[in-house]
Amino acid sequence: MSDTTQSGPVLSADGTPLKRSLARALRMQKVRALMLIAPLLIFILLTFILPIADMLFRSVENRIVSDTLSETVVTLRDWDSVNGEAPEEAVYESLYYDLFVAAEAKEHTKLGTRLNYEQTGISSLFRSSGRKLDDIGEDHVKAMEKAGGGALKDEALWFEIITGGASGAGNTALLEAQRTKMAQLTGEDFSADIGFVPGAEFSDLFPRTAMAYTDFALFTAVLDEDVVAEEDPWETVFVAFAQEVQVPGGAEKLAAYTGPGAAELTAAAEALADLEPVSFKASFLDLDEDWGDVGNWRTIQTYSPTYTSGYFLNSIDMQKGVDGAEARPENQQIYITLFKRTMFMSLVITGSCIVLGYPVAWILANLPTRSANLLMILVLLPFWTSLLVRTSAWKVMLQQQGVINDVLVWLGLVADDARLVMINNQFGTIVAMTHILLPFMILPMYSVMQTINPTYLRAAKSLGATNWTAFWRVYFPQSVPGIGAGSILVFILSIGYYITPEIVGGTKGVFISNRIAYHISSSLNWGLAAALGTILLAVVLLLYWAYDKIVGIDNVKLG
Amino acid sequence: MADASTTDAFVEFERVQKSYDGETLVVKDLNLTMPKGEFLTMLGPSGSGKTTCLMMLAGFETATHGDIRLGGTSINNIPPHKRGIGMVFQNYALFPHMTIAENLSFPLEVRGMGKSEREQKVKRALDMVEMGTFGGRRPAQLSGGQQQRVALARALVFEPELVLMDEPLGALDKQLREKMQFEITHLAHQLGITTVYVTHDQTEALTMSDRVAVFNDGRIQQLAPPDQLYEEPANSFVAQFIGENNTLEGVVKEIGQGRALVQLDGGEVIDCMPVNVTEAGQRTRVSIRPERVEYNKERLQEGAHTLKAEVLEFIYMGDIFRTRLRVAGNDEFIIKTRNAPDQVRLKPGQQIEIGWLPEDCRALDA
Repeated sequence: MSDTTQSGPVLSADGTPLKRSLARALRMQKVRALMLIAPLLIFILLTFILPIADMLFRSVENRIVSDTLSETVVTLRDWDSVNGEAPEEAVYESLYYDLFVAAEAKEHTKLGTRLNYEQTGISSLFRSSGRKLDDIGEDHVKAMEKAGGGALKDEALWFEIITGGASGAGNTALLEAQRTKMAQLTGEDFSADIGFVPGAEFSDLFPRTAMAYTDFALFTAVLDEDVVAEEDPWETVFVAFAQEVQVPGGAEKLAAYTGPGAAELTAAAEALADLEPVSFKASFLDLDEDWGDVGNWRTIQTYSPTYTSGYFLNSIDMQKGVDGAEARPENQQIYITLFKRTMFMSLVITGSCIVLGYPVAWILANLPTRSANLLMILVLLPFWTSLLVRTSAWKVMLQQQGVINDVLVWLGLVADDARLVMINNQFGTIVAMTHILLPFMILPMYSVMQTINPTYLRAAKSLGATNWTAFWRVYFPQSVPGIGAGSILVFILSIGYYITPEIVGGTKGVFISNRIAYHISSSLNWGLAAALGTILLAVVLLLYWAYDKIVGIDNVKLG
Repeated sequence: MADASTTDAFVEFERVQKSYDGETLVVKDLNLTMPKGEFLTMLGPSGSGKTTCLMMLAGFETATHGDIRLGGTSINNIPPHKRGIGMVFQNYALFPHMTIAENLSFPLEVRGMGKSEREQKVKRALDMVEMGTFGGRRPAQLSGGQQQRVALARALVFEPELVLMDEPLGALDKQLREKMQFEITHLAHQLGITTVYVTHDQTEALTMSDRVAVFNDGRIQQLAPPDQLYEEPANSFVAQFIGENNTLEGVVKEIGQGRALVQLDGGEVIDCMPVNVTEAGQRTRVSIRPERVEYNKERLQEGAHTLKAEVLEFIYMGDIFRTRLRVAGNDEFIIKTRNAPDQVRLKPGQQIEIGWLPEDCRALDA
């Protein structure tokens, strides 16, 4: 294609097209080069790229609500959150069955913790309700167990009823659906054969009961590793049957049922005749009146989708309201301030590093080699000291009973009762971080300045420039790449700095990174930490891009 | 150099000394006077003090002792940027972050010149070195020769009366160097500027200069026009340093007006021009230029002195033949002959007789 004078492709000596022979020759080199860097590449991929990608993904991931309350999420979808009324009975019904299984699997507290990030108090609501779920439909369960001389206390009979005996057709669709649900809820593998298939006849007539029993069967066989037919079914099975037989038309369904245990079920249904049908809504409100709180339900509904922008909104002091995103109350706004402070302080630190580092780099570059090496050791000395030691040293220096204040008081410059506050604020953070990051500024500047030939200055002077003009017009522009490289290095390092602000920053001088660390290790709100981290990363990339546009990244040199 | 303060003197060094460490003198008692418009070359081996002299003149080094005057006023205490001296550096020192036009405009800007006047002068200077179309480029985009021209234009654009050049052609290849040598001298004479040129290349010094100052060991060994320097070297260092030279060692036997008899170490006695030998019995080095030696008997001039020689090596160099001989015990005696149609080509082992005029044979210090 590149050849325009000949009609065909250029051929190599043995007749193959030249491009192909060239590609073959180069491929070997490429493969060899790739093999050489492969260990590092794999190491970085596994220990750096993948964890970062995973963490970033957490900033939008929100499966826990739909996994734990899989049915509630669906029934709640149609609830109108604006009119201020609690959801209908159907939602509470779904909640009962979802929450029961979740409580058995001990997943409901995790969900409570997650939702508590958005609405305080939800965590304890879930935890206490999980303990008291047995209260719901208690009378119905007792009545059914007493009926027919306690026939329904027999776990084997229940197994037979639900499976429909040896001859009945199985409802594998139901089994598979519940398998998926349980797998999502617990994160375990439920695909094993558990020797149980719900019968088609019974599950058609009483789907809720069959579903509850299937959940119980899967849980018992896979998680508890027990034989299903030998275990007492969960209360949900009784409650579900009571609910299904007491609705209008329930009795007729039972009359039509001919499978195993028809007589015992009929007896149980008669025992229920004196009782009111189960009201899930009323029962939940009995457990905890907060279940009637529209705010709680609104939170569950808002965070139902698998992916959410909630963490990101939270990161910029907003929340999901009734009409989409809205600002958080004034007293809960913290992150924007922190981001602004982080940016501002990083800029100040970068600026002071330039101001302090430039003359040092200049001297280093212009001294004879022997003295320059000695000075270089002094510049590098901080690198040989532990970061914690250096930061702690600043604590000793700057505190109110510290070295600097003592000296100032001794000199009489500061009154003993008016010692300067230089630590646990922005000033302390800026001083300590400037000191720690200064070498990162000096080294690139030094290596760039070293390449600037001193004859440029002489030339400028011989052309009539004063010392200052020669410096400003000739030397300084050539040292800008070093300043650029140092600034990028220092700015990016400081924007994500953690240890030093943590130790000397107090409350006024902490960075966004300290907040991220808090969410990672203390509040365990990883989603929010991930969102904050993503924003930080985006800001850095954006600044890098802006720098490239304004100054040009070609203008950055490390030597 | 007694009357250093003559009225036409433009650049003057008077008893200038320079020491960097306080122990050794790099420049020892330098006296030099240059009239306006002269092209003077400082020539010497490295470490001879020539660049130091240039830097003192430019103001980048201060003289330890003595006085440097420019146009009659002492410039010892004037900083470099106020001296108004144009300078071309060895590596050109074109500012890499400025375009060619900006480089040239720089000296005019710092002098507070208006924009239109600046542009006009920059254009004229670039045209002068035939670089008129390159104003928008950066130094890195130019070849060595082009950078050289720009550096020259920059040193001239603010119309200095004195221009200093520190080995400006050192980085160029031979052909370009020869071309630039011609152009620089041409420009310097055309503009009538006084030029001090530093080089260690003697061809450059001979072809370009009005006068050459040969430096060695911190002193000017000889200050003379090129022809005089070559043909009448004042001492054996200059004779050795400038051009190719044959040396025969001996003792002065007799010395008279414009004539000395020297007995060579091999025993032969020859007639010489005494240059810096004063009395009989002194050891001396006799210097003869290779091209002044003749071996063809028919061409030997009247009064020529002859010696026996044995041919050791014959080198064909195209335009000339270079023949190495053994003469009076010296194995490194070189003669150069023009490649003329009737020229005899000598063969190694051949015994011949060579001769030269006594005026071409100079008895110098040992």
